[in-house]
Amino acid sequence: MAKVLMKGNEAIGAAAIKAGCRFFFGYPITPQNELPEYMSRELPKVGGTFLQAESEVAAINMVYGAAGAGARVMTSSSSPGISLKAEGISYIAGAELPCLIVNIVRGGPGLGGIQPAQSDYFLATKAAGHGDFRLVVLAPASIQEMTDLVMESFDIADQYRNPVMVIGDGMLGQMMEPVELREPKKRDLPAKDWATTGTAGRNYRNVINSLALDPAELEKHNLKLQAKYREIEKNEVKYEVYNCDNPDIIAVAYGTTSRIVKNVIGKCKEEGINVGLIRPISLWPFPYDVINEYADRTKAFLSVEMSTGQMIDDIKIGANGKKPVYFYGRTGGMVPEPDGIMAEIKKILGGAK
Amino acid sequence: MLNEQIIMAGFGGQGVMSMGQLLAYAGMLEGKDVSWLPSYGPEMRGGTANCSVIVSDTPVGSPIVTEATAVIAMNRPSLDKFEPVLKTDGLLLINSSLIDRKANRNDVKVLEIPANEIANELGSGKVANMVVLGAYLEASKALKIDSVMEALKKVFGPSKEHLLPTNKAALERGAEIAKNLK
Repeated sequence: MAKVLMKGNEAIGAAAIKAGCRFFFGYPITPQNELPEYMSRELPKVGGTFLQAESEVAAINMVYGAAGAGARVMTSSSSPGISLKAEGISYIAGAELPCLIVNIVRGGPGLGGIQPAQSDYFLATKAAGHGDFRLVVLAPASIQEMTDLVMESFDIADQYRNPVMVIGDGMLGQMMEPVELREPKKRDLPAKDWATTGTAGRNYRNVINSLALDPAELEKHNLKLQAKYREIEKNEVKYEVYNCDNPDIIAVAYGTTSRIVKNVIGKCKEEGINVGLIRPISLWPFPYDVINEYADRTKAFLSVEMSTGQMIDDIKIGANGKKPVYFYGRTGGMVPEPDGIMAEIKKILGGAK
Repeated sequence: MLNEQIIMAGFGGQGVMSMGQLLAYAGMLEGKDVSWLPSYGPEMRGGTANCSVIVSDTPVGSPIVTEATAVIAMNRPSLDKFEPVLKTDGLLLINSSLIDRKANRNDVKVLEIPANEIANELGSGKVANMVVLGAYLEASKALKIDSVMEALKKVFGPSKEHLLPTNKAALERGAEIAKNLK
């Protein structure tokens, strides 16, 4: 297929349909509205169902139902809407159902604003709802990568029976770049023999449930989930290492912010400062081992985020005290400017001498 | 090496966003790395609109343009806002049909284009954006007019093919003015 110029939000929709997603349930919120709009137009053409629910809570529970019946299904929203979906996400994780949740993050807390932000890192990686569960969280930095990851996320979800969140921001959602829809590497996916598809051909009923009143049973279920999460941690870590041969400092940034850091790397080179970049692509599982490995080759790390510092904790866990971890960020919808990041780098390196 | 970082700005309805998309599309057709980033926000009808376009021989880093190689100002507020963002020796295109002041900068190359007048002469006020785009292409030598036409063909589709000749004429008139102003 030839490349086409696509808006991020629309590209997510195109990738999802290409990946076999046939059900979309959502509720409008800026800055991700082009995605449901695209799905409302395109899903019926392939025999799929687009439904604008009465609320985010309803939408995520429709996802729960469709996923339980074995369908490839997704929802999307932006930060405050994702908060509303939290309960349903926990149920889906508890019932071990595959689905895709897209979060085009905006500034918070509360209703916040509509400009780009990365202040949902905690929400996505630590607490997308109550209980001891994990989402696989993927953070693309370009529209091409966004389509690749959206397509793969359905496979990841099916392979592990676990919800996946793809996280972007308003900038990635709104911008246009050339994309080519590419099939992900083929995975050996298990049959969905747990789906509630009726009892025809068998003498038992499949039950989708997240309630377990017997604590011993619930502990057993939790341990099973944890074993699955360890497996995901082993198999699904994704990251990019950029310009990390002999760096003075390594910046750690994901999504939109990592692209700004790449510009900074070029500017710093002109002044003889060598800045590396580690870009986590999977925010959970986080590339702790990579951070740890590179801690031996750099003087310090700098977390660059569009938040007041949420990923910095994970970088510190990865660095495990070997090197200091600094922070630079803007928040509330403000985007870090190259000059600001560069000034911070100079300040850190000046102080380290 | 090509690394064009352009800001295009005007009021809603002047075709600022489409002009940017066409340029990005044309860049893609010529095998360049491109990005198009719109401003978005709670805007009112007739309010300001702007987009940042990058057309480059190397992969695009940040899609945000902080030091523009070219600024296209379709109205006065856009000129006031984005003239300072232009790099030294950058290219400033002013829609002189609607902008009543001269450029303040003297370290940049200025092209004044009476875009609306020319568009009206061509029979459609809507192609003022194409006049300026034509002037930009000629002055910057970034991409070929033919590539923009090819992009237009794809964007318009068969139902709007009849609009192509006016758009082509607008691009060419813009280019001609830019050439003569040199």
